[in-house]
Amino acid sequence: MDTSTREDHWRRTKSLMIVTLTIWFIFSFVVHWFASSLNSVTFFGWPLGFYMAAQGSEIVFVITLFWFVKAQDKIDRDCGVAEED
Amino acid sequence: MAGKFAGSTFIENLPKIYGMYTGGFLVFVLLMAILEQMGVGADTIGILFVAFTIVIYAGIGVLSRTMAVDAYYVAGRQVPAVFNGMATAADWMSGASFVAMAGGIYFGGHGYLAFVVGWTGGYILVASLMAPYLRKFGCYTVPDFIGTRYGGNLPRFLGVVVLAVASFTYVTAQINATGTIASRALQIPFEVGVWFGLLGILLCSMLGGMRAVTWTQVAQYIVLIIAYLVPVFWMSNKQGFGLIPQFVYGDAVQRIGELETLHGLGTLPAVTGAVGGLSALSKPFAAASGTALESWKFVTLVACMMLGTASLPHILMRYFTTPSVRAARQSVAWSLMFIFLLYFTAPALATFTKLQILDPNLATGIIGKSIADVQALEWIQKWSNVGFAQIIDANADGILQLNEFFMRGDIVVLATPEIAGLPYVISGLVAAGGMAAAMSTADGLLLAIANALSHDLYYKIIDPQAETKKRLLVARVLLLAIGAAGAFVASLKLTSILGAVAWAFDFACSGLFFPIVLGIWWKRANRQGAIAGMIGGLVAGTWYLYMVRWGGMEPWIGIDHLRFGMIGMPVSLVLMVVVSLMTPEPDAETQAMVDEIRIPSGDTVLGSTH
Repeated sequence: MDTSTREDHWRRTKSLMIVTLTIWFIFSFVVHWFASSLNSVTFFGWPLGFYMAAQGSEIVFVITLFWFVKAQDKIDRDCGVAEED
Repeated sequence: MAGKFAGSTFIENLPKIYGMYTGGFLVFVLLMAILEQMGVGADTIGILFVAFTIVIYAGIGVLSRTMAVDAYYVAGRQVPAVFNGMATAADWMSGASFVAMAGGIYFGGHGYLAFVVGWTGGYILVASLMAPYLRKFGCYTVPDFIGTRYGGNLPRFLGVVVLAVASFTYVTAQINATGTIASRALQIPFEVGVWFGLLGILLCSMLGGMRAVTWTQVAQYIVLIIAYLVPVFWMSNKQGFGLIPQFVYGDAVQRIGELETLHGLGTLPAVTGAVGGLSALSKPFAAASGTALESWKFVTLVACMMLGTASLPHILMRYFTTPSVRAARQSVAWSLMFIFLLYFTAPALATFTKLQILDPNLATGIIGKSIADVQALEWIQKWSNVGFAQIIDANADGILQLNEFFMRGDIVVLATPEIAGLPYVISGLVAAGGMAAAMSTADGLLLAIANALSHDLYYKIIDPQAETKKRLLVARVLLLAIGAAGAFVASLKLTSILGAVAWAFDFACSGLFFPIVLGIWWKRANRQGAIAGMIGGLVAGTWYLYMVRWGGMEPWIGIDHLRFGMIGMPVSLVLMVVVSLMTPEPDAETQAMVDEIRIPSGDTVLGSTH
């Protein structure tokens, strides 16, 4: 495999990692830092700060992860480094 | 040689096999319900539940026996993504998740939810930074990666040390939990229950190693998730909270806020004299204080649990068992999905239990009622007798105030079926679920330690010429010895379950997170750096834990003993980067190896048997 394919694949993999971890960072830390302010907002009956910790962040994590798996697989296939099915 | 649990036909038939197993389990539950109606005693049903499920797991363990190295260490690398997800979820969700989490939320409210966030989000790190690359590497254990990537015996040995410290801390808590549940369900003393639990755990893992653990963990996941969800759905529908309670408990959270004001939460004086381990409600449920220190404590706990998740060897090694790198990645997503099912139910369960206890308009409410009436309740009597609940009429007015009712958090899961008046069969089911959760985690942890000692310490460092038969014999002897050591420590009852579980995450992230991540993502990371990072992180973290827990030191800006990873990790990172940059870069061969693990296609770096 030539070096430029490898470099291209790794560059795209890194970008995907950064995007994924940015989402992760926001829903792991940023949102909960402001829990008290968010609690003044009501979301389907829940105080929003409580909701985000009890359920909201977790739902975002699950969706992000399935999306990440798809996106990484696409990168691997585009660059021709995916395993055979 | 192979038992029934192997081969391509077996893999193809997995959905059918576990479908039948699930159906069979539900029939068993139904049978127990019928027995209860026929007048069979609650104790007998409890014994049948726990004994029957353990026999099934042990049967799977025996059928999965193997004498092949790659089957023993990585289940032959043929576990499909979805099933590996279930196995990981069982591996992950411990006795603490099953029994203690809802209770923790009940008492700790929003602050405790940091555990729920931390124990789910870590999987994003596992998928994006770790699992696929380690799978491509082809290692049997986590120290196997450390040892090969950084070269030499010292990094490998240090990897084994961190793994052993983190996993052993964790496994004693799990054996403790199996002992508690076994002793209660089977009515035997706790000390006997611990050894009985260990016997069940070893039957699942000794003969078949990772292969046996994988297929029993799938079976245990099915039992534990049914056992967690069925009571919650049943109770919710019976009490009129809604069909799918997880999506509709927002109003209940708000109502608890009103009731807290009504009952004078925070204004009542603390009542002393309760039995150890019991507490009265003192923290608001949904409200966060809004101070920077409180937010800081929340996010630091989240950080330690997440980075710990991504460093715990018994979790990472589950992704070595998938057939491909792609399957390893998918499998992480499925793991999180299966874990999510329980974790997003726990806050709902805590909310309903709290509402039932606090709301004077509900028949189940006890706060604000007359103490004589409350003491006549069957569940209060039963759990008071075993020291899980206590009523102290501090102001002697005959009315139960919020600060006068004490209980153990574990009650939320264990007693909720009784509070809501569900039949006893549900309590038996919950006991079986708790047992499954504790056993599956204990299995994964014991195997992680024994495999690291047998593969990395014995085979790779002490006797590289050892024959396959001898290697696998050593692995089993070690499993037995570590299990016995764990059961012995557990029988001493040194720490509360939760303290020990959080420490395992802190140990793991202090010593292993950066050596693994930088080994994959930073080619320049070298042996000297990894050695410095592992020793520095582990020593700094352990020192801090000792100082704040026993040494009388005041925690530094809210970083208490549950969060000592916040000290270990930065030390590990800085040392690893600085020492790596001060010493020569890794040789070309190592750098090529790192390039190789970054792409999914091609052969694994280490051979299929090594």
